[in-house]
Amino acid sequence: MPDYEPVIGLEVHAQLKTKTKIFCSCSTNFGDEPNTNVCPVCAGMPGVLPVLNKKVLEFSVKTGLAVNCKINMKSLFARKNYFYPDLPKDYQISMYEEPICGPGRIDIETSAGPKRIGVTRIHLEEDAGKSIHSPVENVSFVDLNRTGVPLMEIVSEPDMRSPEEAVAYLKALRAILVYLDVCDGNMEEGSFRCDANVSVRPRGQKEFGIRTELKNMNSFRHVQRALEYEIGRQCDLLDDGEKVVQETRLFDTAKSVTVAMRTKEEANDYRYFPDPDLPPVVLRQEWIDRWASELPELPAPRRARFLEQYGLPADAADLLTSERALADYFEAAAAAYNEPKKIANWIMTDLLRELNQAHLSVSDCKLAPEGLAALVRLVDEGVISGKSGKDVFTEVFASGEDPEAVVKAKGLVQISDASALEEIVDKVLAANPAEVESYKGGKKKLMGFFVGQIMRETKGQANPGLVNQIIQKKLG
Amino acid sequence: MKITKDETAKVAKLARLELSEEKLELFTAQLGDILAYMDKLGELDTSQTEPLYTPVSHTTVVREDEPARTVAREQILSGAPEDDGQFFIVPKIVG
Repeated sequence: MPDYEPVIGLEVHAQLKTKTKIFCSCSTNFGDEPNTNVCPVCAGMPGVLPVLNKKVLEFSVKTGLAVNCKINMKSLFARKNYFYPDLPKDYQISMYEEPICGPGRIDIETSAGPKRIGVTRIHLEEDAGKSIHSPVENVSFVDLNRTGVPLMEIVSEPDMRSPEEAVAYLKALRAILVYLDVCDGNMEEGSFRCDANVSVRPRGQKEFGIRTELKNMNSFRHVQRALEYEIGRQCDLLDDGEKVVQETRLFDTAKSVTVAMRTKEEANDYRYFPDPDLPPVVLRQEWIDRWASELPELPAPRRARFLEQYGLPADAADLLTSERALADYFEAAAAAYNEPKKIANWIMTDLLRELNQAHLSVSDCKLAPEGLAALVRLVDEGVISGKSGKDVFTEVFASGEDPEAVVKAKGLVQISDASALEEIVDKVLAANPAEVESYKGGKKKLMGFFVGQIMRETKGQANPGLVNQIIQKKLG
Repeated sequence: MKITKDETAKVAKLARLELSEEKLELFTAQLGDILAYMDKLGELDTSQTEPLYTPVSHTTVVREDEPARTVAREQILSGAPEDDGQFFIVPKIVG
């Protein structure tokens, strides 16, 4: 049996975070009452004229710049013709021959090192509406609120050779879009959707095999599992001397398999032609210059800087730069207290755990980065014990209060005054002469007993390190 | 013949038109005449000419991203053959 190599290309549809639709002033707000964000333009009434949202240009050009695409000074909207009840005009306005952005690239990290993935093009289009199918009656209900919401399609070259690379590409692309603040990146709610084209070929063969298109993968894990299954299925077919059929397959999340989509008898024939209602889109250099100057530091360079400037381990730099708000939070905290590794640990363990449990994002976090920095400093300088630190964290995470104020109000300040502790140590040793004798006789395990007694005396506020030192000094 | 009867039938099907045999013949001839007329353009050498996508000379006008509600839902639904005050109602899409 030959060894097969998978070939994967990805198409991502990203919903742009504009306030209004691509060609009319209707709101894009999610979850509004059905058909309340609809007007004659997006409802497809005759005689109306679409007018392009400038923000859509800004967001797509910024994305193009961020992934090193050629920006096309002139692009063109076309009509893609098909019939569906949630498409009131009977055509979707999209870009075909002249997209907004041409070839570019995204660099990803793989287990075998960095790899460059080509971006073929970026184009703009409008979303369709939503249909709900009645379980009892023979009807469907159509809501056009989503009709005309701007989508940006980012098409990759068939440059990925494993499901892991495909997922790494998607994560890198998603992070870029979220950093640019052009898409919220939510896969489950469908604002970041992915289709995969996948084929296999005997390793060493130059020509691509016959590909299938996979849909319905709404998490990174689904993408991984769908690709793994599909690659295995295609290899089995070839091993059995059968042929892969070019078709669209849906990922069945429950069974983790891909299933051929029922195909209509006629092949799709969209009869694209330039939309006569929309003259060519011509960008102005001054716009592009301004948008370029507004680009934030992107995830990959930021990750590199986190490794270099803060000396963080790779996994910490990955995690902290995965969301712009999280990276900002870390940097603000590290600026307030210059112990980046300790700050990073608190964020990755305590802060992210509490945020996940509360279903909050970093930007909703009540505890300011300066507050976290102050808490880390309190523990670091021995003002409070590590255990008290965790308790105070839980409290200030919920309330947003100043950690120092909480520590004072609760009397959590650790006894780190050696002379005060010595008195207590003397008292405890005097009260336990038998244990002192045994310890001196070699039962060193009794150290734990003494420390425990002292903690009880001080209601847990003694600095345990210091207590250890004092006892050792006294008992020799 | 610029276009075959099969091609006319395919175009009609894509446009959801049901054409009788007679009409198919008629439209195939008419479409063929139009295409033959358009062939005149093919006599010119356009290899050095930029494609003309639109006859208008101006470029796209853009608007700012400011939301506005221009019509009420009742108005939007009023033209529909069937609605329930919230949704357009259509024959069931999937079986």
